[in-house]
Amino acid sequence: MTQLALVIDLNVCVGCHACVTNCKEWNTSGLAGPMVDQNPYGKDPTGTFFNRVQTFEVGEFPNTETIHFPKSCLHCEDPPCVPVCPTGASYKRKEDGIVLVDYDKCIGCKYCSWACPYGARELDEHQKIMKKCTLCVDRIYDKTMTDEERRPACVRACPTSARLFGDIHDPESEVSKAIREAGGYQLMPEWGTSPANHYLPRRKIKLRIRVDEIERADNPLKIDGLLPRPDKAEPALDDVTSW
Amino acid sequence: MKPAFSVIFLTTLIGTGQGLFLALFTAESYAAFGLLPPQTASFHAAGTAFVLLFLAGGLIASFFHLGRPERAWRTATQWRTSWLSREVIVLPAFMGVTFLYGMAHGLGANPVLTTLPSGAPVNVTAVLGTAGTVLAFALFVCTGMIYACLRFLREWHSPLTVVNYILLGSASGFTFAATYAAWTAPGLVRFFAGWALVISFIAMLSRIASLVRNARLKPKSTLQSALGIKHPRIVQKTQGAMGGSFNTREFFHGRPQTVLRSVKWFFLVFAFALPMILLGMATVAEALAPSLIAAFILQCLGLIAERWFFFAQASHPQNLYYQSVA
Repeated sequence: MTQLALVIDLNVCVGCHACVTNCKEWNTSGLAGPMVDQNPYGKDPTGTFFNRVQTFEVGEFPNTETIHFPKSCLHCEDPPCVPVCPTGASYKRKEDGIVLVDYDKCIGCKYCSWACPYGARELDEHQKIMKKCTLCVDRIYDKTMTDEERRPACVRACPTSARLFGDIHDPESEVSKAIREAGGYQLMPEWGTSPANHYLPRRKIKLRIRVDEIERADNPLKIDGLLPRPDKAEPALDDVTSW
Repeated sequence: MKPAFSVIFLTTLIGTGQGLFLALFTAESYAAFGLLPPQTASFHAAGTAFVLLFLAGGLIASFFHLGRPERAWRTATQWRTSWLSREVIVLPAFMGVTFLYGMAHGLGANPVLTTLPSGAPVNVTAVLGTAGTVLAFALFVCTGMIYACLRFLREWHSPLTVVNYILLGSASGFTFAATYAAWTAPGLVRFFAGWALVISFIAMLSRIASLVRNARLKPKSTLQSALGIKHPRIVQKTQGAMGGSFNTREFFHGRPQTVLRSVKWFFLVFAFALPMILLGMATVAEALAPSLIAAFILQCLGLIAERWFFFAQASHPQNLYYQSVA
């Protein structure tokens, strides 16, 4: 069985909101649209978004780390929002595990949003129905697009490739490998919702370079030359006053 | 959570309606076994009309909660999994049985179907009343389970939620029955007021039990589990929107803690303490219609405050992601 999902690398996300913008652009004019804004140019602008980037500061100054945290529907494998829906408008597709809302059946009772611990669902104030990330279901199966284009809008937009997209049930997929090899984890595992979207943790990356790694001390083929060094007699920067 | 007045009125009004039906049928059952003098058919018919008024009021209030009320009929389809869907099925069924119960009394079409070994007659209304009682309790369970089944909202995820819905609705229904009897059947005032007093008292105990339980709850989700970052000190800097969103509107009551505390004391006094004093007066003194009206009105105000508090107190784990606007 297929379970499509996003894997978001918190080590790479720079918080540029390109995924938010491209998601809104694609979906407001696509199958899941419109995503209407209220007061877009006035005080307290608000509107429907499927994806938001939040920022958290971890640690105490000066030892802090800034975490940019993109959050959209996690397409849980056991989605708590689906069984509570009284009309069957919320459903999880068997073929690819995407959780969707049937806009024609939704009555806007907001019960599913209460049942989602992640706050992934938003009521559209204009259409008065519940909306959420569709994993760009109208893109990823569009045969008129190239393979490269047949990925969610947020993934396409990400300039740092912090967002990966694929089938987490296929052990050989890019996302499965990323989860396996880079410590991918789920949000709020305590509720047993088993979110399909995973996050890759921040990593400490330090590159230690010793001199013998730049200049091979053994120099087996005697090909490597030595890097030029200043003459002992040359004044160093802290010797500028010496002459 | 943000308390929605549509849901507050829905749950309080239908609760009173269900309680009133239970009160009317309790009196009829007592009479059938000779424990109370038989009531007139018009007492039950008019009382049932009040039940239907309460239920219809709640039903109308519920539509204000929906974004697309014209599609409300679709809610009856998912009864296999959704308590909300089950409630939507049970409510009209209960209204239907209540209507038939009222009609059987009002039209006098109430033949004896069979007789119990003890000699007590079983009328059409006894059968309808039993069915109505089952449905009234089923409706209480559905309403309570809508909230109790959400395991993330830990303040609600407890059997006490269902018990409270049953007891609070029944208490207000019996209080209304006592008020109603003060005009139509003064002999029954003491019976209804006595039961209203007892049920209000048990309801108070069970509501206080849930207050104590909720005060001791420790949040299961933390910012650490919400982000998957184990550091003890995490501060939110932005939430991805400057002017708020559905997430900031729907899940926060937006009132300071002092308001929450005062509402708690308000409902403890108005839903329980004051009505119990007034009902107690009605059971010892001769029928005191004004004090019974006061008891019912105060209890209604108290129960509306109770329901407001019920929603406001529940803290949704999604709020962890929405702690600071910037």
